[in-house]
Amino acid sequence: MSGMSKIVKTISSITFPFVTIYGLYVIAHGHLTPGGGFQGGAVVASGCAMILVAYGSVWTMGKIKEKHLSVLESFGAIGFIGLAFLGLIFGTMFFKNFLVGNDFLFGEIGKGLSNISTAGALPLMNFAVGLKVIAGLFGIVLVMAYTTKAKGGKIE
Amino acid sequence: MVAEMLVNIVHIIIPILIVIASAFAVVFKDLIAAAIAVAAMSLLLSLEFYILHAPDVAIAEAGIGACLTTAILVIAIRATRREEEA
Repeated sequence: MSGMSKIVKTISSITFPFVTIYGLYVIAHGHLTPGGGFQGGAVVASGCAMILVAYGSVWTMGKIKEKHLSVLESFGAIGFIGLAFLGLIFGTMFFKNFLVGNDFLFGEIGKGLSNISTAGALPLMNFAVGLKVIAGLFGIVLVMAYTTKAKGGKIE
Repeated sequence: MVAEMLVNIVHIIIPILIVIASAFAVVFKDLIAAAIAVAAMSLLLSLEFYILHAPDVAIAEAGIGACLTTAILVIAIRATRREEEA
């Protein structure tokens, strides 16, 4: 799969930012609206898979390697479990929402920097899960496309 | 009143379409066509989830079922043969 026609490439390049921004919106508003880290990550991974189909696996593998995607996925897992253990350290128990209620960052409504996001550690956990899902799903599709391309030379 | 009646009609129509798409996915000998039928079934299923007031499940179903599963199936079919044997 060495890329499709110029029409497909152009339309994919135009629609890719919209898909990505919608997925990031679903991730960032995961504590307020339907959806969350997994759903938004699936939307972003769908957009990345669209770019993969349009431009071909060799071009995409030249842009980003699966090792880097594996590192990103591990960072997502470490961030999620690290936030859970920070609840154990700063609060009382595992998965304790230790950021809620303070007036420094991510706390209650109406206190300076707390207005950025008002659910404590939940948006950070959503970002971690979203990073893990994006890297994992896109890594699966990318590796599958690249290996089937490399194995059979006679397949298109 | 009219809106409720329309929602009831859609509740009847969409499961029938889901069953038809699933039957096509089983019947087709062309594997690409079967994969597209699975994608259509998944998209209709996400619409049904949205009507049943589960929007987050609908988003997950549309992202995973209709896009990524279809991509993986098409990539796997491309590495093998397109027609099903016998």
